[in-house]
Amino acid sequence: MAERVRVRAMMPPGHVRTPAYLRGRIGVIERELGRFADPERRAYSLPFDQRRLVRVRFTMAEIWGPDAEAPNDTLDAEIFEHWLEPA
Amino acid sequence: MPHDHPHSHDEGAVHSHEGMSPSGHPYRADNDTPLTYWQVMEIAIRELLIEKGHTDAAEITRQIDRMDARSPADGARLVARAWHDPAFRERLLADGSAACREMDLDIGPMHLIAVENSEAVHNLVVCTLCSCYPRNLLGLPPDWYKTRAYRSRAVREPRAVLREFGVDLPGDTTVRVHDSTADMRYVVIPARPRGTEGWSETELAALVTRDSMIGTGLPRQP
Repeated sequence: MAERVRVRAMMPPGHVRTPAYLRGRIGVIERELGRFADPERRAYSLPFDQRRLVRVRFTMAEIWGPDAEAPNDTLDAEIFEHWLEPA
Repeated sequence: MPHDHPHSHDEGAVHSHEGMSPSGHPYRADNDTPLTYWQVMEIAIRELLIEKGHTDAAEITRQIDRMDARSPADGARLVARAWHDPAFRERLLADGSAACREMDLDIGPMHLIAVENSEAVHNLVVCTLCSCYPRNLLGLPPDWYKTRAYRSRAVREPRAVLREFGVDLPGDTTVRVHDSTADMRYVVIPARPRGTEGWSETELAALVTRDSMIGTGLPRQP
């Protein structure tokens, strides 16, 4: 069974590559992408780590609730590991 | 859009073409405004790089030429190869970047994911955070791809957006939207049109449109 994850519902300032509309939402890991430079530090020329990046698949119902245009349609996004927690 | 300025042809007498081009369109204003902060920064960094010998103006121009020369034709060749060669299609879906390099497509360091349309699934690509686009494969993105309207609506109401592009999907087709939020870039492999059995790769490539590789369109029909 696919691994369920929740996007952390935090709102840090700065260059963040996790869209606000996905924060707090639960999805499943669609695939592993490998390790990539942490954009939140790299954007400011700070020393950065290579962080695990995954594609997470959400249903439109999970993102938009009863207002979803088609509940079973999906949205995939790349999310860095430090934005994910087990769900 | 041929008419993207407020300009109605029905207004007759109340509508003046004074100060317009012979075809009745406004001239583009001279860019006499001051440079923006970021324009100043770009010029400063470029001049420093040249002054310190890291690059020169000719190299910058060559790089701009290279980017301008890229076009959806490269992506169309990739899709046509996938339609024509089932083993290549498998490799493309498994590792998009490797499949491009196999075709000698110059994609630089780009990480490409190819997603495939079928009767059951339709894929749509967007970058809600900025304007990430597989430029090395498709050339520069269309202006609408970078608009707030497309970026916000593609994730909120993709089917309505698709209808505005002339793509009306059956309710039992699943729409999969891909938000290019980080390091991946995406290309859609549209479903191969019926009636193209036995076609060559070159013939097939002529059916592949830019929008069909973003997911906002379908390939041309034979």
